[in-house]
Amino acid sequence: MGTTVLDWLDERLGLKDIVAFAKKKTVPDHKYSFWYYWGGISLFFFIVQVVSGILLLMYYQPGPNAYDSVRQITYEVDFGWLIRSAHSWSANLMILALFIHMFSVFFMKAYRRPREFGWWSGLTLLGLTMVFGFSGYLLPMDELAYFATKVGLELPKTLPGVGAVITELVQGGPEIGSTTIQRFFSLHVVILPLLYIPILALHLWLVQKHGNAIPESEAAKPESERRSIPFFPNFLTKDLAMWLIALNVLAIMASMFPWQLGPQADSLAPAPEGIHPEWYFMSQFQALKVLGEVFTGKLAIVGEYLGIGGFTLGGILWALIPFYDHDSKNGRRARNATYIGLAALVGLMVLTIWGYVGVS
Amino acid sequence: MSDKRHDPAEPGKKGVSRREFATKAGVTAVGACYAAAFGYPIFRYLASPARTYAEMAAITEVPIPREKVPGPGSALMFRFGTRPTMLIHHEDGSMVCFDAVCTHLGCTVQFQPEEKRIHCACHGGTYDMNTGKNIAGPPPKPLTPYQVEVTDEQILIKRA
Repeated sequence: MGTTVLDWLDERLGLKDIVAFAKKKTVPDHKYSFWYYWGGISLFFFIVQVVSGILLLMYYQPGPNAYDSVRQITYEVDFGWLIRSAHSWSANLMILALFIHMFSVFFMKAYRRPREFGWWSGLTLLGLTMVFGFSGYLLPMDELAYFATKVGLELPKTLPGVGAVITELVQGGPEIGSTTIQRFFSLHVVILPLLYIPILALHLWLVQKHGNAIPESEAAKPESERRSIPFFPNFLTKDLAMWLIALNVLAIMASMFPWQLGPQADSLAPAPEGIHPEWYFMSQFQALKVLGEVFTGKLAIVGEYLGIGGFTLGGILWALIPFYDHDSKNGRRARNATYIGLAALVGLMVLTIWGYVGVS
Repeated sequence: MSDKRHDPAEPGKKGVSRREFATKAGVTAVGACYAAAFGYPIFRYLASPARTYAEMAAITEVPIPREKVPGPGSALMFRFGTRPTMLIHHEDGSMVCFDAVCTHLGCTVQFQPEEKRIHCACHGGTYDMNTGKNIAGPPPKPLTPYQVEVTDEQILIKRA
């Protein structure tokens, strides 16, 4: 019976061609293969985001009732706390997985010719994911969400001339209010997914087109000594096993440490002590804080320019790395690129930890 | 299905070994556990309002204060739990109450005093204004009646 249905479908959809293709495709197998799974793990968390986000949409109300609807989801709807907690936790885990994926790609030098567009589309996806995080953070409209968004929206204001206009357009007025929630909501559930999905499709196509890059130590070996495994079923099974681990980690985090809902945002209430952004914005936050301590008074604006300009320039240079280290023949540039990667990784980690130590 | 059975006497024949069967059964069982562990909270999450409405619908009576009662020859629409309900005050002073949902396809019906009937605009169903009996058009059943208890302060509507 099952075989008959499969044959019926195969005749019309060509399913066996896909399986035959997947069996022919191979994935390199070496001691750094572990790092190949992080793109897939990020994709898994993205799928969880889509599913749990759609479920939240069944109750969430943007606009003046935003806080109350999230309160209802968290405390009244059956298992609403779990769905919301899964959405928040998988958002954080997705960003963590993306950072691990990005650095492993960087150190494996998978940005080199012909994979430049894989690198750029990946960075764009990371950037969009962070905007997803920022826009989603406001939607419950509790105290933390309100102030985190307020601080975040102050940053574009430092751009000379257009800054204030941009902030007001994004905010939908001079202050954060229900119009802001409405705008962040449409950004979060319509505009960003519309941008994200085609870029994700391009990214996955490019991975398929160019295959997995191999680290230099593997590339140095003669072809006959390099090992590989079939994508189907071997790599896919391992990939799915990683997804299962990711699912279990998510289930444990979401149920054991449910995401909290703070008091309702009140624009007249003072900002709570020790307020800080989510961990993935902590390094920027800390850099601005440190610069703010060095450049005080009239010079404060110089500090802000230095901080924001520094991060922007760093990001641009990071994206341009394929032009600097473009092939495996250049030993010196390859080494320098690795040092740049290490410096970026250590820098981000130090600033983030320093930020948390400073807050506590 | 007999060709699928493993026969040790014919090692070359295609079939399912005990180990293969156990692995598949195990994977299926674990998969089913996961599906249940994730499916159940999602089902309960989506069904949550249904439970709230079921609680609302479980009431047995609705009091209507005297001042809300419509004048003779008119009707009051209100909710009995979640259901639209119609209290008709007839010209002769008597009061009747019906579930106001058409028994044909669920539209809300209306009282038409000049036509002396209860009418559904969707497909032209007509009911008797005194008994709720279906008298013309597609409705298969009469409207469900409610008991009306009149006291000095209020009108009490109860399930019949």
